[in-house]
Amino acid sequence: MTQGKMISLILIVVILIVGSMSFFIVEERQKAILFKFREAVSTDIEPGFHWKIPFVNDVRKFDARVQTMDAQPERYLTNEKKNVIVDSFVKWKIDNVSKFYTATGGDTDRANVRLSQIVKDGLRGEFGKRTIRDVVSGERKLIMDILTVEVNKQAQEFGIDIVEVRIKRIDLDKQISESVYRRMEAERQRVAKELRAQGEQEAETLRAKADRERTVIIADAYRKAEEIRGEGDREAANIYAVAYSKDKEFYGFYRSINAYRNTFASKEDILILQPKSEFFQYFK
Amino acid sequence: MAWNEPGGSGKNKDPWGGGNNQGPPDLDEVVKKMQDKFGALFGRGGSGQTPGGGGGKGGGISSAGIGLILVIALAVWAVAGVYTVEEGTRAVVLQFGKYIKTTMPGLQWVPPIIQSYEIVDIENVRDARIGYRTEGGTGRRSASIEEESLMLTQDENIVDIYLAVQYKIKSASDYLFKVVNPDDTLRQVTESALREIIGKNQMDFVLTEGRSEIAAKVQELIQSILDRYGTGLLVTSVNMQDAQPPEPVQAAFDDAVKAREDEVRLKNEAQAYANDIIPRARGAAARAEEDAYAYKDQVVARAQGEASRFTQILGEYKKAPEVTRKRLYIDAVESVMSNTSKVVVDVEGGNNLLYLPLDKMMQGAAGMRDLMQSQSPALDSTSPSRSSTQAPLRDSSRGNNRGVR
Repeated sequence: MTQGKMISLILIVVILIVGSMSFFIVEERQKAILFKFREAVSTDIEPGFHWKIPFVNDVRKFDARVQTMDAQPERYLTNEKKNVIVDSFVKWKIDNVSKFYTATGGDTDRANVRLSQIVKDGLRGEFGKRTIRDVVSGERKLIMDILTVEVNKQAQEFGIDIVEVRIKRIDLDKQISESVYRRMEAERQRVAKELRAQGEQEAETLRAKADRERTVIIADAYRKAEEIRGEGDREAANIYAVAYSKDKEFYGFYRSINAYRNTFASKEDILILQPKSEFFQYFK
Repeated sequence: MAWNEPGGSGKNKDPWGGGNNQGPPDLDEVVKKMQDKFGALFGRGGSGQTPGGGGGKGGGISSAGIGLILVIALAVWAVAGVYTVEEGTRAVVLQFGKYIKTTMPGLQWVPPIIQSYEIVDIENVRDARIGYRTEGGTGRRSASIEEESLMLTQDENIVDIYLAVQYKIKSASDYLFKVVNPDDTLRQVTESALREIIGKNQMDFVLTEGRSEIAAKVQELIQSILDRYGTGLLVTSVNMQDAQPPEPVQAAFDDAVKAREDEVRLKNEAQAYANDIIPRARGAAARAEEDAYAYKDQVVARAQGEASRFTQILGEYKKAPEVTRKRLYIDAVESVMSNTSKVVVDVEGGNNLLYLPLDKMMQGAAGMRDLMQSQSPALDSTSPSRSSTQAPLRDSSRGNNRGVR
């Protein structure tokens, strides 16, 4: 191996090493800062292949994707001094790489800690102004929007863009939950009682109506029956009258003797008589 | 050439796709391998220590040899870039880490070193479950997770909700590059969206008819948030698996349901009562009416009969009034006399002195009556044929008359 070949070999190696240091690749997921002797000269470098000067330039890469700050659930007091447990998360991404780098040193954990403090303060403020009902239903969206804007304002200072602050859970304190359960129970009991009572009411109404209908039916029937009987009586009376008026005197006689016959029909009837009547005409 | 085999597992097959170490050192290695493999061709054994084809120590390498090496290297380079994208997946192609395109299923090629690719499964439907977990592949609910499933409604009640979300990837590049851990993001967003929607609705609505409506709203909300983040995910379905009152108040809710049943039962019972008595009343009414008609027909018929009898006898009476009248009178009195007990007192003005043991006579008559009843039970029953009933009466009373007299 000659000296010349040795030198050329070393040269090639050096060239290769220097060559490998003279470019860098920024991935699609990343953003990068190009430093020149520790001074940021170019931020916001697009993904792809880029040249740099070895030893002069230095590169820091950061995750450009949307990241999550998922805070631990925290207790907050509402307007009516009730404790609620709120779990929220923040979606953020790096907006200004150099600001981000100077503020956090490129450490996302540090960024998350700072964000969580800002969000916590924001939530405390917003919850303190509102009642449970407001935060649960009506103004949940409003709170999230307000916080997104608020947190975004502060986060701009360290180069972070807040995509959204979202409230994940709003849960009641254990003791309040218990009282809610009891209220729900009472509520259901009320409903149950009401339903049963309504059932009774309608049942009683139905029964009463049925009873009334029955009474009316029977009374109507009675009226009709009496009318029919009356008709019968009238007709019969008419028939009797027509027949008996043919000889009033005879009718009186005929009816009387029949009546005698019917009246004295038992051995228990005792007649005490003087034999003076027509019947005893020949008795003496 | 082993590092870029298509169809292998893992997204990042190309060591250059993810790493930052690039370029010449690797190229050197490739060339070195070439040399190893084709060393025999140049009449040289052993491993080449010198990187770079042109700078070899052996002086015997001809320019043709160098050319051949270059050609082979080029061929290997070209072949290494071939890969297949399977059905249901997409390949995201990167050039020096920058996203260029997404390629469809089929045989594809990228120039190695310059470009790399990542395979993303986009057809496979993934799912996330909120409030519960399932056992393996059975889909059976194994455990419920209270802090996920319990949530507040608008009317400050607590409900227990199990939700299943199915989703897939709609944009492979967004899925890879826009958001850190899109699948976790989906979970977070789903929980948040579900609670937001539940918080806007009343408990009764959530537990009963509102399920599908709420699921639809949740799906809409999740999708809009995911799109805002650029996760590249598409929610295909949101199902509310279960919506219940929480465990501690379950009994009260069940009782309320029972009460609803009771209400219906009470109504049915009353209706049954009505259905029972009204037809009976109608029947009774019909009976009363028919009875009345019967009475009417009866009295009319009797009247007609009696009138006819009277008219007929009147006709005969007109023919011989004296005799008929007498006969009728005597008949009647005879009948009366023969059926009754009688005392004939033929004393003028001596009434005060007369003593009659009426009570004894009554007893005697009653005894007589009992006797008669035992002899002929038919006597008491009212019979239209007067002559037949009177016949035995007359016979038995004859002796009695005599006795009294």
